[in-house]
Amino acid sequence: MNSPVDNGLASDNRRLLLRLALSALVMFGFGFLLVPFYEKICEATGINNVLRPEAEAGARFAADAPLNSQVDASRSILVQFDANLHDLPWRFQPVQRSVSVHPGQLVHVEYEVTNTRAEPITGQAVPSYGPQLAGQYFRKLDCFCFAQQTLAPGERRIMPVVFVVDPALPSDVNTITLSYTFFELKGRSAASSAGGRAS
Amino acid sequence: MAAVTPDQLHGHHAPGGVMRWLTTTNHKDIGTMYMIFSFIMFLSGGVLALTIRAELFKPGLQVVQPEFFNQLTTMHGLIMVFGAIMPAFVGFANWMIPLMIGASDMAFARMNNWSFWLLPPAAILLIGSFFAPGGATAAGWTLYAPLSVQMGMGMDMAIFAIHIMGVSSIMGAINIVVTVLNMRAPGMTMMKMPLFCWTWLITAYLLIAVMPVLAGAVTMILADRHFGTSFFNAAGGGDPVMYQHIFWFFGHPEVYIMILPAFGIVSQIIPTFSRKPLFGYASMVYATASIAILSFAVWAHHMFATGMPAAGQLFFMYATMLIAVPTGVKVFNWVATMWRGSLSFEPPMLWATGFIFVFTMGGFTGLICAIAPIDIQVQDTYYVVAHFHYVLVAGSLFALFAGAYYWLPKWTGHMPSEFLGKLHFWCSIVFFNITFFPMHFLGLAGMPRRIPDYALQFADFNAIASVGAFGFGLSQLIFIVVVVKCIRGGERAAARSWESAEGLEWTVPSPAPYHTFEEAPVVR
Repeated sequence: MNSPVDNGLASDNRRLLLRLALSALVMFGFGFLLVPFYEKICEATGINNVLRPEAEAGARFAADAPLNSQVDASRSILVQFDANLHDLPWRFQPVQRSVSVHPGQLVHVEYEVTNTRAEPITGQAVPSYGPQLAGQYFRKLDCFCFAQQTLAPGERRIMPVVFVVDPALPSDVNTITLSYTFFELKGRSAASSAGGRAS
Repeated sequence: MAAVTPDQLHGHHAPGGVMRWLTTTNHKDIGTMYMIFSFIMFLSGGVLALTIRAELFKPGLQVVQPEFFNQLTTMHGLIMVFGAIMPAFVGFANWMIPLMIGASDMAFARMNNWSFWLLPPAAILLIGSFFAPGGATAAGWTLYAPLSVQMGMGMDMAIFAIHIMGVSSIMGAINIVVTVLNMRAPGMTMMKMPLFCWTWLITAYLLIAVMPVLAGAVTMILADRHFGTSFFNAAGGGDPVMYQHIFWFFGHPEVYIMILPAFGIVSQIIPTFSRKPLFGYASMVYATASIAILSFAVWAHHMFATGMPAAGQLFFMYATMLIAVPTGVKVFNWVATMWRGSLSFEPPMLWATGFIFVFTMGGFTGLICAIAPIDIQVQDTYYVVAHFHYVLVAGSLFALFAGAYYWLPKWTGHMPSEFLGKLHFWCSIVFFNITFFPMHFLGLAGMPRRIPDYALQFADFNAIASVGAFGFGLSQLIFIVVVVKCIRGGERAAARSWESAEGLEWTVPSPAPYHTFEEAPVVR
């Protein structure tokens, strides 16, 4: 059918054929391009990372924190706060005496500490729980007791405790007392300890 | 379908016998071969379907073992999609598009021959995989990884068959685009084209865009299987869900590839037998184009159960439901064309009307499946099986039959038997609904698909469906009788075989001479 009269048409046809065949080839490549494309999307948006699912979790929570974000609203736990000093010339007290929390709920509380002496003092707080059993269900995400505290003369400081009560807490425990005792770390100068906890 | 060649089709210089068919570059010969091929594949896929229904007639394992059952469901899907429905539409395109736009042949006649003759080897490869060690692929027609990475060599044969069929349909699609864009008769502007040409033009673009992506996906499977890559192998850092994304990027446009030409056929038939021009021609064109464009943005609605973020589920849910709008425009236009028309219900019109009714039901269940929270309930149940058989059998297949009855006079020169055509229609639509309507209930009750055995409470509906399936399968034999009778003889068809049929194809004699429109007609 490609008589000489049709030459214009035939070359038009051939040009369109080449263009369409090229698009088919490009789409074949596009199929393979979809692989890195989807991977980038999943990486950027954090969905369905099958390679390291824990890496996604780690971005949102501290490494060893419980991943359980379910709040058990059917239970309320009374958490009471206590503060003690062991031979330390400070004033130390919780900002709030107690809070009522649901297991699984992220709670933020504060303690207040003041150095009444005219010299810098370094101390470390040690927590204890009542009942003692509750300790293993009491997950602290942030606590001033994680680090040594050095207070300048007369310095007053508000310090945080961020915690979650594990929903696995035995059902007969309705009240938890969190008690801190500050001990003085003797033999440490303000300068050295300040460098040690710079963060 | 035309097993016997009408004498008129023999060209003057063409070689005779087998060589004539092997070497032909005539669009009518190639169209006929496409249709015969697709009907043979339709019957083979149907035999697999009937084996499946025989097994599911009652609970327990009677006919086949589970491994073979999985091969049956997989191969039924692959054969019907790639072997029956798609080549049948390409056959219609080959026969009718040059006649409709006043072209003497397809743009690339030799490539046309090549795109057809790729199909039989692909079909042999696909069906022959049943006899390969380990049997045919049993990963489902979607060939999901990781199953498809693990199968035996039957899987490799299926992959190569898909490659070959993909090349064939891309070549066919390129041919159709070039023919429609460059070969129209003088005066035949784009917006004067018959709607069948429009829907096929858009379908051809879809094919060129997505068939290569499927080829890429199965190539990746092949590489994972044999060349140590890990596209989809989680152990090597790949992602099996990624396969689903790539597959459905092809797969959703694919379902429109299988339905848009059907819309075109129905849009030719309804005006003829309503004796009115098509209502809203331009809106039909725009609706077809919007469906095609939207089809690229909805693929993940097949994957709601894979654990998508809620934002993704919402996007794909709303985008999917949006497609109901242009589809609704089409159904509205067909009904509006029939409204106050002088209707007569010859077999083509019966099939077309049946298409609108049953396809719309399938469309509505599709809308239900599009709702993410419901989809998670019905995913992989018989509800989905019912849905896609309503759109693929009652949609694509019914439209193909409508088109076959409509153009058989043009192909053979004889009118098809009206009684047998009506019998074929009524048997088909009744048995179709007996087969697939109970599947909605089975799916809602939780019967999973692709399982050879089922719990006792599903027994009654399954028995009904199996009876319907055998009725439906046997009804298709009527069609063979119709076509053979039509080729052998019968009432001679006039050039304009149906009273108020419009279009260039009705200006040439029936049967259409071997060479038509060597002098391009002028369209006013």
